[in-house]
Amino acid sequence: MFQRILAPVDLAHLEKLERALDVTAEEARHHGAPVTFVSVTAAAPGPLAHNPEEFRAKLEAFAKDQADRRGIDATALAVISHDPTTDVDDALLKAVEDTGADLVVMASHKPGMAEYFWPSNGGKIASHSDASVFVVRDA
Amino acid sequence: MANLESPGSGTPEDAGFNTDYQLGQDNIRPFGLDIHNPVFVISGLVIIAFVLLALANQEASAEFFGWLRPFLTREFDWFLVIAVDIMLIFCIALVFLPVGGVRIGGKDAVPDYSYPAWIAMLFAAGIGIGLLFFGVLEPVYYTYAEGGAARPLGLDPSTPGNENIGIVGTVHHWGLGGWCVYAVVGLTLAVYTYNKGLPMTLRSAFYPILGERIWGWWGHIIDTLAVFATLFGLTTSLGLGAKQIAAGLNDVFGLEPSNTLVVVLIIGITAIALGSVLMGMDKGVKRLSEINMIMAVLLFFFVLILAGVGTTLARFGDVMVQYVVNLPALNNPFGREDTSYFHGWTTFYWAWWIAWSPFVGMFIARISRGRTVREFMIFVLIAPTVVCALWMTTFGGAAIDMIEGGTGTGDGITAVVVDTYKPELALFRLLDQYPLYSIIAPISLVLIVIFFVTSSDSGSLVIDTITAGGKIDAPVAQRVFWCTLEGLVAIALLLGGGLSALQGAAVSTGIPFTLVVLAMCWCVYVALRTEAR
Repeated sequence: MFQRILAPVDLAHLEKLERALDVTAEEARHHGAPVTFVSVTAAAPGPLAHNPEEFRAKLEAFAKDQADRRGIDATALAVISHDPTTDVDDALLKAVEDTGADLVVMASHKPGMAEYFWPSNGGKIASHSDASVFVVRDA
Repeated sequence: MANLESPGSGTPEDAGFNTDYQLGQDNIRPFGLDIHNPVFVISGLVIIAFVLLALANQEASAEFFGWLRPFLTREFDWFLVIAVDIMLIFCIALVFLPVGGVRIGGKDAVPDYSYPAWIAMLFAAGIGIGLLFFGVLEPVYYTYAEGGAARPLGLDPSTPGNENIGIVGTVHHWGLGGWCVYAVVGLTLAVYTYNKGLPMTLRSAFYPILGERIWGWWGHIIDTLAVFATLFGLTTSLGLGAKQIAAGLNDVFGLEPSNTLVVVLIIGITAIALGSVLMGMDKGVKRLSEINMIMAVLLFFFVLILAGVGTTLARFGDVMVQYVVNLPALNNPFGREDTSYFHGWTTFYWAWWIAWSPFVGMFIARISRGRTVREFMIFVLIAPTVVCALWMTTFGGAAIDMIEGGTGTGDGITAVVVDTYKPELALFRLLDQYPLYSIIAPISLVLIVIFFVTSSDSGSLVIDTITAGGKIDAPVAQRVFWCTLEGLVAIALLLGGGLSALQGAAVSTGIPFTLVVLAMCWCVYVALRTEAR
């Protein structure tokens, strides 16, 4: 049913991603669809990497690890943004378009007060993209 | 997540900059925020305490700051001038030295922004408000005020060759002397961040001197000082901007320029700045900067055409020649007899630029990835100097021509600059002698508002990054906090002491920060030497 899955990940919070990664792998195996793990970062050093190349390498290593452990076909897409805080939604929407993904699987925390002011990434993607969006709540 | 061994462009020489420090490791995360402890906590609390104290003791703080500013700019004159001289020589040297070939972000980095967008952001963040506030004021003041006692170097404009000394004195402040400070800070942060892989915050530059100690109290002090300098430097400009807008609104629409109006203006403009930081760097800050550039260029051509293109360009040539000829004397710290100009203006500007430098510098660093050091220096140093000189020549020259014309068209300008000192009205007294004042004046008001906003929003981004330990993608609520606090500080200082309070606060943080910027010259050179060219 689905041809390609896009899975936005934040490598700094892998512990919160576990359920979403399980779902991603299940969907990938069920539909025989390849997965693209996408992550958005700035060119400036962050907690994960000193520069975009290092970030890209880490994301690729992560994708390979997922592919090997879960028996899926996975690639990595690192998006470099000038201002990730505000541009992450747009960057993800563009990634959906660029990869031609028809299913997005992403983790989301339970909504709280803040979501009235700043909608969650998942919500924004769902309302602005052609792809189906599977929002996986943390347990 | 463990830190990796070789940051930067991966050459063996990078070895000297390895650290096990992990960006964000000292951050605390209350209420879903992501802030550096103790830099955020200390700077936030001290600034709030400062605001409350200033508001509670309005008279005492007015008196204190009224004393502080002239005291500092008089007593520390030699220190500020020598420091800026060193920075200028250093910047010029970098253009010619082999390290000028180093590319920010490593050999293969490509520029993030096109030339027009890059230059627009350089201007809008750095000096925009000042061009509109001081373009008419300064040249006229130096030429005519205080019975001629404010003339730069004591040179008499009636002697041949010195006709434009008032404009030259203005260009001195808005030219190389200001931009070399920004260039040093900007380049240092850019190289340490994009080439050495250290966090984007001021302390990183001190790695060659302090080593691992930059992650401790030495670093906390440097970063906290940078936050104070940025905040007070910024609020000085915001205060000037708000006063000028209030004066303009009074002139055009007859609104009473009361404290209430100024406070309402600061709140309104802070709200627009909030909108811009919420939209982010590319959709907010960049777009506003570009709109701003277009409007500034239109206003510039309007005045240029009415003042006479030929006259202005001829004068511009003369100003540039005189600027170069007088540069050594203007930068001389000792035995100065032009006290009014030197202590009243030059040393204040130097302290103000240094107070602004963490802000403008970090902002410039953030948008300059992919440029070479040489390109960076030429664009950050020379392009703005030439453009500022052209602007000041056009606006100042137009005003001086009106006054010299003797037909009474310049009387309004003389009245607010020389007879009584109402600096915020100087621009409007020039514009009201031209046709279409009822259209041009509101346009220039909008221009001042946008300049105001582009300083406030980029300033909030910078303070947020410093107080998040160099994290660029901290939660958006933190930008809201700093943007709001800037507005509040501007209001508190304006009510408790007016502009002299703002200026006193800016100068008193600028002076200790001078040492930081001087040390940066050495630190950036050390870092550049290890980079592949």
